[in-house]
Amino acid sequence: MKYQAVIGLEMHCELKSNSKVFSRGKNSYSELPNSLVSEIDMAFPGTLPILNKKCVKDAIKMALVLNCEIPKFMMFDRKNYFYPDLPKGYQITQFTNPVGINGKIEIECGDKIIPVQIHDIHLEEDSASMDHLSDTSVIDYNRAGVPLLELVTEPCFHCAEEAVAFLEHMKSIYQYCNISEADTKKGQVRCDVNVSIRKPNSKELGTRVEMKNINSFGNVFEAINYEIKRQSELKDKGRYHEVEQETRRFDEETGTTIRMRNKADAIDYKYFVEPNIPKYQITDSWLEEIRKEIPRLRMERKHEYIKTYGLSSYDATILVKEKEISDYFEECVRLGIEAKEACNWINVQVIAYLNKNDIQIKDFYLTPEMLKYIIEQKNKGVISSKQAKEIFIQVLEEEKEPQNFISLENAQISDTLELEKIIDEIIGYSETQVEQYQSGKDRLFDYFVGQVMKNTKGKANPVMTKEILHRKLDN
Amino acid sequence: MSFMNKSILELHESLKNGEVTSQELINESLKLSKEIAEKCNAFVTILEDVKPLEVTENLLSGIPYGVKDMYSTKNILTTGSSNTLKDYVPFFNATSIEHLMNAGAIMVNKTACDEFGMGGTGTTCHTGYVKNPWDTTRMCAGSSSGSAAAVASGVYPYALGTDTGDSIRKPAAYCGIVGYKPTYGMVSRYGVLPFASSLDTCGVLTRNVMDAAIVIDAMKGKDPKDMTSWDSSKIHLLDALKENKTPKKLCYIKELCDINLFEKKNDELSSHLNNFMEKIDLIRNSGIVVEEVSVDQNLLNAIASTYVIISCAEATSNMSNLTGISFGPRGDGENYNEIVKDHRTKGFSSLIKRRFIIGSYVLQRENQERYFKNAQRVRRLLVDTWKELFQKYDAVILPVGTGVAKPLEGSSDILTPDIMALEEHLQVGNFGGFPSITIPSGFIKGLPVGLNITGNCYEDENVLNIAFQIESLMDYKNQIAKEVK
Repeated sequence: MKYQAVIGLEMHCELKSNSKVFSRGKNSYSELPNSLVSEIDMAFPGTLPILNKKCVKDAIKMALVLNCEIPKFMMFDRKNYFYPDLPKGYQITQFTNPVGINGKIEIECGDKIIPVQIHDIHLEEDSASMDHLSDTSVIDYNRAGVPLLELVTEPCFHCAEEAVAFLEHMKSIYQYCNISEADTKKGQVRCDVNVSIRKPNSKELGTRVEMKNINSFGNVFEAINYEIKRQSELKDKGRYHEVEQETRRFDEETGTTIRMRNKADAIDYKYFVEPNIPKYQITDSWLEEIRKEIPRLRMERKHEYIKTYGLSSYDATILVKEKEISDYFEECVRLGIEAKEACNWINVQVIAYLNKNDIQIKDFYLTPEMLKYIIEQKNKGVISSKQAKEIFIQVLEEEKEPQNFISLENAQISDTLELEKIIDEIIGYSETQVEQYQSGKDRLFDYFVGQVMKNTKGKANPVMTKEILHRKLDN
Repeated sequence: MSFMNKSILELHESLKNGEVTSQELINESLKLSKEIAEKCNAFVTILEDVKPLEVTENLLSGIPYGVKDMYSTKNILTTGSSNTLKDYVPFFNATSIEHLMNAGAIMVNKTACDEFGMGGTGTTCHTGYVKNPWDTTRMCAGSSSGSAAAVASGVYPYALGTDTGDSIRKPAAYCGIVGYKPTYGMVSRYGVLPFASSLDTCGVLTRNVMDAAIVIDAMKGKDPKDMTSWDSSKIHLLDALKENKTPKKLCYIKELCDINLFEKKNDELSSHLNNFMEKIDLIRNSGIVVEEVSVDQNLLNAIASTYVIISCAEATSNMSNLTGISFGPRGDGENYNEIVKDHRTKGFSSLIKRRFIIGSYVLQRENQERYFKNAQRVRRLLVDTWKELFQKYDAVILPVGTGVAKPLEGSSDILTPDIMALEEHLQVGNFGGFPSITIPSGFIKGLPVGLNITGNCYEDENVLNIAFQIESLMDYKNQIAKEVK
């Protein structure tokens, strides 16, 4: 590659909570505009912020996950600017003393492990949302005051793949920690991306271009690649001076970036400490309490599955993609299902069913206990593999325990004496075939298996059938 | 017979023994409100159809009072004396108003103030100048101008004020009444229109110290809606007045009280300081120790600019919600910027705009360190200096202002280099969040002057106890304004 790209990310993620970060307004999604609003969210005169402790806790949790330095006190600042979606005329955020600074984390990108440096992570409030109609703009204050965590990386990525791998990784951490759904489709994750290019091995950074408010990882990918291409082409043509330190936006339709404002127009946010929220102490014991709540995360689980259970990297990756599925797997193993068997069931049957019916595993009727029962019955030979799969579906469709579908009628014939009796009978009326088989026509073995299945309506235990047939015919 | 010139305790007794009814008090108070509206232009709103309330054991029950138009009152116009909110009717009450409603107190009017409490003259209210009842060519000072004028005129025994620099305590002095600013956070600020959040304090104007204690006892309390409020349930101001624990020790600051140290002397200042020193003698004679201390003149001279920088910075941010978009009159314009600009250009008085510009300037990235951050440092130095005094003394006692109420003609709130520290020292009370009370201390040519007592945070009981003792040494308790001809 002719030039090396240097990329930094800002990831804004909406947090889950009952109420908003500085008010008792409800934090949830509603189709009805302005239905989840308190007087604080609309900045009515005389209202004051009330800090939501749960949000502080989640912010600290993320700072811990990212191995950040955490201050002794939680404090907030005002970021002042006028915009129609900002009811107070300032945003309460953290500037002087963010909840986490100087963090680091390793992520997987393809087969590589890359280190990521975190500049800081801070808690703030979201703005209202706006729709611009043809001749008017409308404001929905439902989103005003929704808790946001903003994570800022150092410029430590060198291609779009790395940047997106990081975003995916963080998304899974948010989900694993149950801090956010991190659903880009619901607008819960928004990214700012800054990109510059330089000659490989150069120590100096090039001119930094920022792209704001990109709402999907796919668009982040495209925006980065477009910007690298645009800057590289200008540099090739000797027109690198035309790359300005500026803010651009990504245009989804054309797949290009468009100038919004340059450095000279940069807003001075006139930050100062928010006087209405006293410093909030973060004690060591509270930190420890929060640390204990952090679940084992994706990478850790994946490595464990490969190492302890001998799963393939491919299978392990699928299992850990969602925490709930990984938890389901772990519960299966805890109940005594052999890990590889559990993995096969989950990665094939379970996930296919979830996808087909578009449901989440939390809404999945078949519990690990039920799965264990089905697998046990299969392994005991009470039912065949095929039957096990059929029963799996029946359980889900009828929402009844698997016991209901394993009856005398459909039970597999695994009784040696009974099978021997049937097989003897078949051998009795198949003299010609026995002779041919024994004189070397091996393919006829399948004929005998077929006869057993036919006579038992497919219920004969196939393994035992083969075993008995071999014993009786091969002598 | 007139009742509204009486103290809260007297009124309570009269109500209890049936000498007068709550309705009669309301009628009298509303009648006086209309007279004082004529005379002093003290009100934004005089309520009509005020309902009497049951007289209970609560001392405030059934008694009328006034509210500075900075407090949100549900279903009642709340303007902050600003055109930006000239038709704003809140749908919720300030917490302290709720407390007074629960006590059975009866609001009869909303008083005019300097726009959003920003100003010390009472000349920037959207309803016009507020005039001093002792001499209507003079100001009440501000910003709680209407409340001071009304209480001094005997419209009711008390009216609520807010105090960011000296907005309760200076008008009290100019109007010959008591003005009490409790420790920061003792009374919830929820629902009170903000000026500078780190300095804003709710308080009261009364005609005697006991009434101030009674009212704040009812208003105070930790409020889950105000994170800066604190639990004062163990503080009982009224009970603390009569206690005579230890002999009190006060100090005054030489640099603010010695006429020989002033460059610009005049007769009024001399009389004012003489009067103060006479009162100090009186206090000493009563057994209270009063000592002279010295504070670096440079530090004192920095009070005014420190205050301007911090208060303007916070104000410019606090008032950024006033855009006329979701409340307030909608401005004209083609787009958001024009609409907001029009609203703010038409809505704010020129003084406020001037302060916004100062506030923005000192917060600008390139200026923050030099102005805003340095002001924070000086604030800390001043607070530390006062706290050091509180190590040795129960309170600091000082004269309020440089004399009597100033003429309205030619008044201005613009900071000039010759502003004297004596005019501005009460702002230290806000820097530190200290409890601070002004009581009347005499007259110069028929116009009242006051003195101020300021103590350490959370020591409101002690400060009021001292004020109560000193008040009893003088003859200015419960005085009603008599117009000076």
